[in-house]
Amino acid sequence: MWTRAKEIASSLLLTELLKGLALTGRFLFARKVTVFFPEEKTPQGPRFRGLHALRRYPNGEERCIACKLCEAVCPALAITIESELRQDGTRRTTRYDIDLTKCIFCGFCEESCPVDSIVETRVLEYHGEARGDLYYTKPVLLAIGDRYEAQIAADRAEDARFR
Amino acid sequence: MMELAATMQGALQGWFGPVWGPHAWTVAKSLAGIVAVLVPLLLTVLYYQLVERWVIGWIQVRKGPNRVGWKGVLQPIADAIKLLMKERIVPSGASKGLFFLAPIVAVAPALAVWAVVPFAPGWVIADVDAGLLVVLAMTSMGVYGIIIAGWASNSKYAFLGAMRSAAQVVAYEIAMGFALVGALMAGQSLNLTEIVMRQDGRYGLIEWFLLPLAPFFVVYFIAGLAETNRHPFDVAEGESELVAGFHVEYSGMTFAVFFLAEYANMILVSTLASLLFLGGWLSPFPAAWGILGAPGIGWLVVKIAFFMFLFLWVRASFPRYRYDQIMRLGWKVFIPVTLVWIAVTGVMMLEPLASLPPFSIWFGK
Repeated sequence: MWTRAKEIASSLLLTELLKGLALTGRFLFARKVTVFFPEEKTPQGPRFRGLHALRRYPNGEERCIACKLCEAVCPALAITIESELRQDGTRRTTRYDIDLTKCIFCGFCEESCPVDSIVETRVLEYHGEARGDLYYTKPVLLAIGDRYEAQIAADRAEDARFR
Repeated sequence: MMELAATMQGALQGWFGPVWGPHAWTVAKSLAGIVAVLVPLLLTVLYYQLVERWVIGWIQVRKGPNRVGWKGVLQPIADAIKLLMKERIVPSGASKGLFFLAPIVAVAPALAVWAVVPFAPGWVIADVDAGLLVVLAMTSMGVYGIIIAGWASNSKYAFLGAMRSAAQVVAYEIAMGFALVGALMAGQSLNLTEIVMRQDGRYGLIEWFLLPLAPFFVVYFIAGLAETNRHPFDVAEGESELVAGFHVEYSGMTFAVFFLAEYANMILVSTLASLLFLGGWLSPFPAAWGILGAPGIGWLVVKIAFFMFLFLWVRASFPRYRYDQIMRLGWKVFIPVTLVWIAVTGVMMLEPLASLPPFSIWFGK
């Protein structure tokens, strides 16, 4: 009886609503967490999984040996590889395509690669303006690798002790 | 100011002669009053939506719009230009005449009602004796715009939104009306200026109707939220289930006009709450405090701004009501509460109670 009366009094006096307003009122003056993206960026870890790249050895030879493990492990079937025997008797890819519209950025390709050829970089700001722009071919991926090699190598070195 | 008005009057009567002169003066005076009220009102509406986005952003620990102009102050201008340039699409199967009539029906009463709202003694376009009734009549007209919009759109979402809105406004109109009955009982007048002047006295804040009519004040504000279809009673829009409710088919300026009507109504509810329960332009401090105790339009602006902020605060705080809960609150809570408090107010106003403190503060005048 007494508790019921207290309940009615509390609901008529809007106590719970006032509590809610007090809570949101406190957050009105809280420090804002907005990051103004192009000018400010959130910190990234060395394991960030962004845009793909194909790496080369320091002597300029491409790392990929066309073992097709990445193609096999890719859960989204985003990777297409064709290979042939090169003049010097090594097996190399003639085609290495990643359809970024299919890719789910799981990082399995990078994990499966025995020669650390296919990697995911920290790059996340890229776009395509026409259909097919996000279908990345071997020369494009190699170019990305060339461009960010320093960053890629540094990230791999930092992460090496956990592997 | 007065001299300028007298010169204007003289000049107009000189131009139009003794027969048409007085009428010309009336028209000119009314037009000047309308411009003087509507221009600040529309500017407030324009910037209210920017402030809304800021306040909700801050409460959600974001920063809100800050890209257009200094700290984003030009954002509403950019929005207005965008809306003006956009195409007005009429859905196929829509009733074209009604489709374009609906926003006009929604906005006309929302603006017309400002004719009877006083901002200071004498600062009112039409000092009507039954001002409160005009306010009630005009605010209930607004729902027709919403119903016509929902009907003319030929869209099930718009129609459902309009039906919800109609039922909700009818339910809350009653509670709101009863709350206003309380204010007019205490004010002993339907004229808004007189109701405010009844709250005048030596003690400032204590003299306001806020204290004896506290339940009416709470009911009025919450019913005002429901009446303007604002959160947490915005099931008429209900974007999660009805896309955007009654204005889902509207684009460009037709949408902007609905927007304008909604925000003008919010400012109206804030203004009326300040006038009826917080003593309008009267100072909250005792009259003996000199400049602080003096009445002025500044106090009214501060009070209106507080209620407008409360609208946004409530929107940022509470989740949307379920529809049956809205109906339960309107019919089974607010109406009984207001009915009981009307009786209590009547008893407080009875002799000899009205002459005894503390009731003499409000009812002994």
